[in-house]
Amino acid sequence: MSRILTLRDALREAMVEEMRLDPTVFLMGEEVAAYNGAYKVSKGMLDEFGPERVIDTPIAELGFAGIGVGAAMNGLKPIVEFMTWNFAVLAFDQIVNNAAKTMSQSAGQFGCQIVFRGPSGAAGQLAQQHSQTFEAWMGTVPGLKVISCTDPADAKGLLKSAIRDPNPVCMMESEVFYGEKGEVPEGEYLVPIGKAIVRKEGSDVTLVSFNKQVKTCMLAAAELEKEGISAEVIDLRTIRPLDIETVIQSVKKTNRIVVVDESWPMFGVSAEVAYEIQKYAFDYLDAPVTRINAADSSLGYSHIYVDEYMPNPSRIIKGVKEVMYIKR
Amino acid sequence: MQTTADKKKIKAKYSEETYATWYETMLRIRRFEEKTLLMYSQQKIRGFCHVYIGQEAIAAGLKTALRPEDCMVTAYRVHGLALMKGLTSRECMAELYGKDTGCVRGKGGSMHFFSKEHKFFGGNGIVGAQIPIGAGIAFAEKYNKTDNICVTLFGDGAARQGALHETFNMAMNWKLPVLFICENNQYAMGTSVARTSNVTDMVKIGLSYDMPSEQVDGMRPEVVHEAVSRAAEHIRSGKGPYYLEIKTYRYRGHSVSDPGLYRTKEELEYYKTLDPIGMLEHSFKETGLLPDERVLEIQESIKDEIEDAVQFAEESPWPSPEELYIDNYVERDYPFMKD
Ligand SMILES: Cc1ncc(C[n+]2csc(CCOP(=O)(O)OP(=O)(O)O)c2C)c(N)n1
Ligand SMILES: [Mg+2]
Repeated sequence: MSRILTLRDALREAMVEEMRLDPTVFLMGEEVAAYNGAYKVSKGMLDEFGPERVIDTPIAELGFAGIGVGAAMNGLKPIVEFMTWNFAVLAFDQIVNNAAKTMSQSAGQFGCQIVFRGPSGAAGQLAQQHSQTFEAWMGTVPGLKVISCTDPADAKGLLKSAIRDPNPVCMMESEVFYGEKGEVPEGEYLVPIGKAIVRKEGSDVTLVSFNKQVKTCMLAAAELEKEGISAEVIDLRTIRPLDIETVIQSVKKTNRIVVVDESWPMFGVSAEVAYEIQKYAFDYLDAPVTRINAADSSLGYSHIYVDEYMPNPSRIIKGVKEVMYIKR
Repeated sequence: MQTTADKKKIKAKYSEETYATWYETMLRIRRFEEKTLLMYSQQKIRGFCHVYIGQEAIAAGLKTALRPEDCMVTAYRVHGLALMKGLTSRECMAELYGKDTGCVRGKGGSMHFFSKEHKFFGGNGIVGAQIPIGAGIAFAEKYNKTDNICVTLFGDGAARQGALHETFNMAMNWKLPVLFICENNQYAMGTSVARTSNVTDMVKIGLSYDMPSEQVDGMRPEVVHEAVSRAAEHIRSGKGPYYLEIKTYRYRGHSVSDPGLYRTKEELEYYKTLDPIGMLEHSFKETGLLPDERVLEIQESIKDEIEDAVQFAEESPWPSPEELYIDNYVERDYPFMKD
C-alpha cells in the first residue's frame, strides 16, 4: 500500500521509523525540537522521542557537527540537520577532516556512522550566501557518501539506508520541494545508495539530473514529446558513489546526452558525468556531451538574476536540440 | 489645551537637536520597516526579510555617539542600521525591490546592504560571520593609524558561534579598535536565549577575555548613546575592544514568514509598553524637550520620505540580465564558463 506524502513527511517517516528501530539513532540541529524544524521536517518528533533524542542546538554548526562526529565514533548514530547546507560550510572541518577520515586514520578501528542532512540549492530570491549547491563539494571527498533526491518515496528509502549505512552520509534535500508530493510505500522501504533510476523512458536523448532539476527535465521532456522528441530522464539520486552504469546503458540506446546540474559548471557533477561518458560510451555518442548548469556566477537577489542563473525547460530544450543537430 | 510653553521644562541633558535626531532616526526606521512589510505582502519584495521594529533605539543611540568615519558591520537584520549609517530610504527601498538603483544594484536584497561611502560593510547572511570580519575591519583602521572604530553587531543567537571566541581573544590580544555589540532581542528565530545558552547574560562572555563589558537597556536612545560614547572613548584612546550587550526586543517575527508561536501574547504586550518610539514621544509630551511642532514636522517629513522611496523604487528600472556576471571579478572580461 502507498499513500501520497510530501517530501518533508517522507523524510520524517524515515527518521521516525529508524529511531523506533534503533535506540542509538538520534536527531540534532537548530530548531529541530521545540520549533518542529525550520522547515517542519522534524514536526512531532520531540513529542515522540523526548529531548534526549531530538535535540535543539545553538547556532554553532562547527561545534554540533563535531559533537555528532564524536558521538558517532563512540557508537551512536547521529542525524545532524543543517538548516541549509550553506550553513554546513562552517562545519566542513568536521565533515571533511574528521567524519570522512576517521576510518582511514584509525585503520578501521573507529567508524563514523552519521548522517548530515539539509536542503541544498537555490530557493528563490535568497541571494549569494543562501543559494548554493553542495553535491559537488561533498562528492569530491573520499570517505563520504552523498545523496541528493527530492522524490518523496526515494528520499525516504534513501534516508533510511543512509541512517543504517556504517559510513558518513551527506543527504541533500530541497527547501522549495519539501511540500512536493508523491506516492510513498507504507512500512519498511529501502532504496539502495548508489543506484540511479530512469524516471521516464525515451529513445532520442538522455537527460541526466538530480534533486529538483529532475522535475525541470521532466517538464522539458513533456515539451519535447510534443515536438516528437523522446527524452529519457535519469535521476542520479546518489552523487557518490555515482551510478554511471545506468547512464551508460541509456546513452547506448539514445546516443545523445544532456546533463542538467544546478551546481556551477566548473569541476562539478556535470563535468564528472561528461568525463565518464566520453570514456565509457565514446563509440555510442552521436554528439558531444552537453550540459546545462547554473550560471558561473554568484546569485544576486533580483528576480532578473534568478531567471538568468537557473536551469529551466527552455534552456534544456535548447541543449537537446543542439545534441540532435536540430536548428531552430 | 496645553501648549509647549506651558509644559514643565525639565533641564534638558541634551540639545533639542539631539532629541530630534534620536526621534527622526527611530521614526525613519519604523516607517521604513512598516512599509517594507506592506510591500512584502504585495510581493514587491521577496526572499528572506528581517525587520528591525522594536530595536530602533540602538540605531538612534549609535547615530549620535559615533562619527561618520567609524565603520560598521552587522547581520542580515540590516535595514535599520543601514539607514542610520546614512544610506537613503530611496536606495534601500529600491534594493528591496531588486532594482538597479538599489544600494547594491538589486544584487543583495534585504540581507545584504552595503555602502563604501558610509563605511557600512554589510549585511551578512551567515550567522556570526561578521564577528571576525568586524575585527578585521578594525585591524585595518589601526594598521592605517586612524582613530576610527568598527562597530560590530550580532544577535544573541550569533553570540554562540565559535568564531566569537577566537575573535574576542585576538581582538583583545591585539588591542583592535572594535566595539562589539550583542543586540540581545532574546530570540534566535524560535529559540529563546535560555534554551541554547548556559549563560543568559551575554555580557559575561566578554569578561572571560578581560574585555570591558556592559549590559545596556536598548529601549532608550540616551542610554545607548551614553554607553556607546563611553565605549568609543575607551577604544579611541588605544585601549582595545569594548563589548556591550544591549537588551532589546523585536516586535515582529524573526522574518516575514515567522508566526512567532514560541512567545506569549502577554510577553509581547509587555514589551510594547517599552516601545522606544512611544516612550520618547511620551517624554516629549511630558517635558517639552522637543516641541510639538518639531515632532509633527519630523513625522510629516518621514512620511513623505518613505512615500517618495516607494515611488522611486516602483519607477526605477530593473537591472539587465547580463549584470548577473558583473562584480564576480574585478576584470570585466573575465572568461566565465558559459557553456
Ligand atoms: C551559520 C548560519 N546558521 C544558521 C542560519 C539561519 N539563521 C538565520 S537567522 C538565525 C537566528 C539568529 O538569531 P540572532 O543571532 O539572535 O539574531 P536576530 O535574528 O535575533 O537578530 C538563524 C538560525 C544562518 N543564517 N547562518
Ligand atoms: Mg536574537
